[in-house]
Amino acid sequence: MKLLRDTSLIFNRQMQLLLRNPVWILVGVFQPVMYLLLFAPLLKPALQVPTNAEAYEIFVPGLLVLLAIFGGLFQGFGLIAELRAGVIERSRVTPVSRLALLLGRSLRDVVSLIAQAVIITLLALVFDLRVFVPNLLLAYLMLALISLMTSALSYGVALVVKSEDALAPLMNTVAQPVLLLSGILLPLTYAPGWLQGVADWNPFSWAVNGTRALFRGDLGAPDVWQGLLIMAVLAVVAVGWAAREFARSVR
Amino acid sequence: MIETRGLRKSFVSRQGREKKTVEAVRGVDLTVAEGEIFGFLGPNGAGKTTTLRMLATLIVPDDGSATIAGADLRADPGEVRRRIGYVAQGGSTWDDSTAREELVLQARLYGASKSDALARAARVLEGFQLTEYADRKCKTYSGGQRRRVDIALGIIHEPKVVFLDEPTTGLDPQSRAHMWDEIRRLRAEGMTVFITTHYLDEADALCDRISIMDNGEIVASGTPAELKREISGDVVRVGLPVDAVPAAVQALTSYKTETYEDNVRLYVEDGAVAIPQILRALDAAGVPLGTVELHRPSLDDVFLTKTGRSLRES
Ligand SMILES: Nc1ncnc2c1ncn2[C@@H]1O[C@H](COP(=O)(O)OP(=O)(O)O)[C@@H](O)[C@H]1O
Ligand SMILES: [Mg+2]
Repeated sequence: MKLLRDTSLIFNRQMQLLLRNPVWILVGVFQPVMYLLLFAPLLKPALQVPTNAEAYEIFVPGLLVLLAIFGGLFQGFGLIAELRAGVIERSRVTPVSRLALLLGRSLRDVVSLIAQAVIITLLALVFDLRVFVPNLLLAYLMLALISLMTSALSYGVALVVKSEDALAPLMNTVAQPVLLLSGILLPLTYAPGWLQGVADWNPFSWAVNGTRALFRGDLGAPDVWQGLLIMAVLAVVAVGWAAREFARSVR
Repeated sequence: MIETRGLRKSFVSRQGREKKTVEAVRGVDLTVAEGEIFGFLGPNGAGKTTTLRMLATLIVPDDGSATIAGADLRADPGEVRRRIGYVAQGGSTWDDSTAREELVLQARLYGASKSDALARAARVLEGFQLTEYADRKCKTYSGGQRRRVDIALGIIHEPKVVFLDEPTTGLDPQSRAHMWDEIRRLRAEGMTVFITTHYLDEADALCDRISIMDNGEIVASGTPAELKREISGDVVRVGLPVDAVPAAVQALTSYKTETYEDNVRLYVEDGAVAIPQILRALDAAGVPLGTVELHRPSLDDVFLTKTGRSLRES
């Protein structure tokens, strides 16, 4: 009960501050829209699929997963600003739940990601993308889990390193191989065998395969439950770890 | 109200490969009575903040124990949190929030209902004369206003004890005087106030009792008057032209002296007897004189006799 109450207090404050600066939402949508308009048209010939719809079916889920990963990983910067302003320390002397300090923030990140995802999906409809609503909702669940995990991870790391200078290279080092080895931008169907083998060890590769299956309308594909399960487990682990960092002493 | 025994904390910091251990606090025993303004006086790096952070449950002591407002720091930090307020040295407000929003959230984090939180916020805003600015973003406040918001945040839940880490550092003289009044008001409302400071005049004028801290240890405790009385004798301050200071020090080697830019202080048994002798010695050495004053010892003199250094310089 207390956890729920505390989480909603933190979440509401964070949402209020986010909405006070709607510029960030615009920026967050602008970039993916550019990908949608300028990059996606190259895909039909490149992927050798007969229609635009099919190209978008492959590309849009990848783009959304990409947004979820990167959006989450860079949330730590905001936390470092809060650390510096003394806001975190002020919360830590109150009896507020430490898990709520994390969840309130991560849930804001999940909500803003889903908002971005909805806008992008709606836009893709204009380009003949078609997807069943139940499948779409499951895909959003996948995105929410990814974003919960990456943002918690980023907060935990931010609390450990405590400086932007250390966080930026760290997050980039994590993000780049994750991106290249997951088939996020292009499916790894045409990749050499060794690359596919490496990608099997990348949890995000499972997530993106699952999301693509959902967009394809293939709800029964094992990729779907496997991806959801892997992301759920990792999200729980990341949240647990990051909440402990909130409880530990922070300078 | 607060009782500590042997509190200790050291930090390990890495510089490249080398690990260095800093003993920030090395065995602090202190007792703070209910309803007093207690002060920690000491130079930067003395360990004041580290001690406060331990008492506020933000860091766990390496050793020692403490009871705060009846709750045991080690056994029940959650209960300590409910009974204390803590205002950090570096501030605690967010640029894009308003004072009222911050106060309402803070009250709710302490468990207040929404309507109770709003009422509390209105009340402390009024008390700290912040109502006028309450709905402006914190980044638009002056240093003094922002500091008052910090303190209002620390006491919104009406704690029994409030810790204020350097509440007036960086404020202009007028805001400082204002802040002193606010702190006295908290005492009048029945709160026990524990402040840290490196200002001598603040410790002297504001605090009922102080502990002088240096290098992680308490070197003296008592009321400011008691501490000053402990130093027997008087202080003679001889004002000089700046270039005459070295010659004066030469001429006065038989006294216990402390040298400043344009004056020398001498610690003597009896000022009335010593002044003619001092004047003669300076005259014989041909040192041009500015002024001569006789002082009772200040807290800086207390610090000097306990640590061998002046607080003004460290
Ligand atoms: N988190 C930390 N890591 C390493 N050293 C620290 C840390 N916090 C404080 N110190 C060191 O402990 C000593 C005491 O610091 P502090 O308690 O902040 O002193 P004060 O508040 O009296 O200025 C200083 O030498 C400081 O550098
Ligand atoms: Mg300090």
